[in-house]
Amino acid sequence: MDSLLRHAWRLARKDLLVEFRSRTAILSAVVFTVLVLVVFNFGRDPTAVAAVDLAPSILWVTFTFAAMLALNRAFQLELENQALDGLLLAPVHRASIYLGKLLANLAFVAAVECVGLPLFALFFNVRVLPVLVPLAGVIALATVGFVAVGTLFSAMTARTRFAELLLPVLLLPFMIPPLIWAVLATGALLAGRPLSEIGGWLKLLAAFDLAFIVVAFLLFPATVNE
Amino acid sequence: MTLLKTGRWITAVALALLAAVYVRALAFTPIERAQGAAQKIFYIHVPSAWCAMLAMGLVGIAGILYLLLKDPRFDRFGEASAEVGTAFSCVMLTTGPLWGKPIWGTWWTWDARLTLTLFLFLLFLGYLLLRGAVTDRGLRARYSAVLGICGLVLLPFIHLSVYFFRTLHPQPIVLKPSAPSLPGSMLVTLLFSFGVFTLLYVGFVTQRYALAVLRESAESGGAHA
Amino acid sequence: MLLAEGLRHAFGPVRALDDVSFTLQPGRTLAVFGPNGAGKTTLLKVLAGLIQPQAGHARIEGGRRAVGWIGHQPQLYGQLTVWENLRFWASLYDVAPAAGILTRLGLDAHRDRPVRALSRGLVQRVAIARALIHDPRVLLLDEPFTGLDRTAAEAFRRLLAEQAAGGRATVLVTHNVEEGTELATDVAFMRAGRFVRLEPRAGRGADAIADAYRAAVTGG
Repeated sequence: MDSLLRHAWRLARKDLLVEFRSRTAILSAVVFTVLVLVVFNFGRDPTAVAAVDLAPSILWVTFTFAAMLALNRAFQLELENQALDGLLLAPVHRASIYLGKLLANLAFVAAVECVGLPLFALFFNVRVLPVLVPLAGVIALATVGFVAVGTLFSAMTARTRFAELLLPVLLLPFMIPPLIWAVLATGALLAGRPLSEIGGWLKLLAAFDLAFIVVAFLLFPATVNE
Repeated sequence: MTLLKTGRWITAVALALLAAVYVRALAFTPIERAQGAAQKIFYIHVPSAWCAMLAMGLVGIAGILYLLLKDPRFDRFGEASAEVGTAFSCVMLTTGPLWGKPIWGTWWTWDARLTLTLFLFLLFLGYLLLRGAVTDRGLRARYSAVLGICGLVLLPFIHLSVYFFRTLHPQPIVLKPSAPSLPGSMLVTLLFSFGVFTLLYVGFVTQRYALAVLRESAESGGAHA
Repeated sequence: MLLAEGLRHAFGPVRALDDVSFTLQPGRTLAVFGPNGAGKTTLLKVLAGLIQPQAGHARIEGGRRAVGWIGHQPQLYGQLTVWENLRFWASLYDVAPAAGILTRLGLDAHRDRPVRALSRGLVQRVAIARALIHDPRVLLLDEPFTGLDRTAAEAFRRLLAEQAAGGRATVLVTHNVEEGTELATDVAFMRAGRFVRLEPRAGRGADAIADAYRAAVTGG
């Protein structure tokens, strides 16, 4: 258990270092996020639809696409020089490799979300601060859910043709349930509803996260072994 | 009797029984008071939704068995079941709006259950696309098994969502905690239809499986020559 | 130290390994010669445990931790520097990288350059350092001389000779008889997944081995 976490942490740190060196993926994800938020702002008619009605969906569409960018690059990095063979050969548990990738992807997506959320509050004039803590909880739970599935799938799609296209297609059905719950919970929070109302969504999100993290741990070895 | 022939016979019997389902549903089952004749489509819609779910569940179970036993038969079964499931989810997705138009007044609503069944369809599509994108047979089998198992785990979340949303969609009628809430003769027709659709599923999958066996032996036969 | 028994593996209809068996004692170096597509890389992958053979089994004393591997690709991250790469790979084996290996391979000046900026030959030297970083007891080398210039190849040969003297067992696969002969204590010729011959080198030079290779691989 100890070495499992230690190796996972080293793998994640290496991924983040590689990302930090090139910065292409994170920069394009941030620019993309800003772009989507701006475009949505011009696309809505402020006299017809209140910002708070549209805002939750816009927030989650933005985060979803940004996450896709992170997931696509996760395993491409390992295939570039067949580094994956080296990882498989090292005395490292397969679950460590998955966990390391998951941590790095989560850090990546969280960074994008940290930039996206204040911009979102600014552009759409939504009062985020009073509900910041529960909102962060919703964002964290939903992000963990689809990044957990996405990390597993990207290990498979990276080795196929059309990886960039195939990953979103495979991931979409798995993203929708947590996204729907997250959008509804975000909407309730932004509308100033009592916290007790979102308890159900949070439980569902947590159940989803737990189920798919366990499944991914069990299935990941089958995606990398030859 | 070869597997292919068995499959053909099962399908033929199921198709004949399907005609009986139509006759019984149209002529011998009372018209539902609130919804009128449109409700009849429900004898097709609900069983095909059941078959699509069944197909996904079995794809997942075949995936688990494949990863445990590494027997290519489970992979072949998963492929067959996914293709047949795609067909049933098409039926489900076309009959749903046909019924929705007269009853809800709209072809499509972004109701949670409808949306999630759409994603069941997309799940099948993704599964088949993934199979198409991997050329190595062993790798393809493992990848499809992984995706199938994830689909199986997703199913309860799809089903759960029905209870957690107040939606336009009718609540499940048969598979629910309390006793079925349907007049007797309608229930009999529905259950009959369930049985026939399941038989149809078995027939289709058997044929598709037999075809996969034939194709594989043709492929390896061609390579030896 | 290394044992292979009845290894068989096929990719679809192509037989990559067909009943390959051998054992290797500490200090021995087996050079496997064969044309492209003879199954050499598959053999190494099966020995390393990267591929599960369809029949037979391979065993390495000490398991995965004991294996040092040089493959077709360098297994390095282009964005990271030479030293960062070595430190990362060493950390997976829970050891600290020894700086001496850089000096041995003439990499001191390139320590803090990103791997991406290095030439093909330098990358191969880093790949060698990477493979030796955890002091493996069994070396599996797949065409390891690719891209090395004369001096680097000479330095690498000396390094390998030292490893052998220190009791390491080495399997070296290559299509180039010139490169592999000098280090080998045993030679094997491979064709269509089979070892057509497996014998001690018995002091023969590259020319004699090349003749034997041609006879074994082209002849019936």
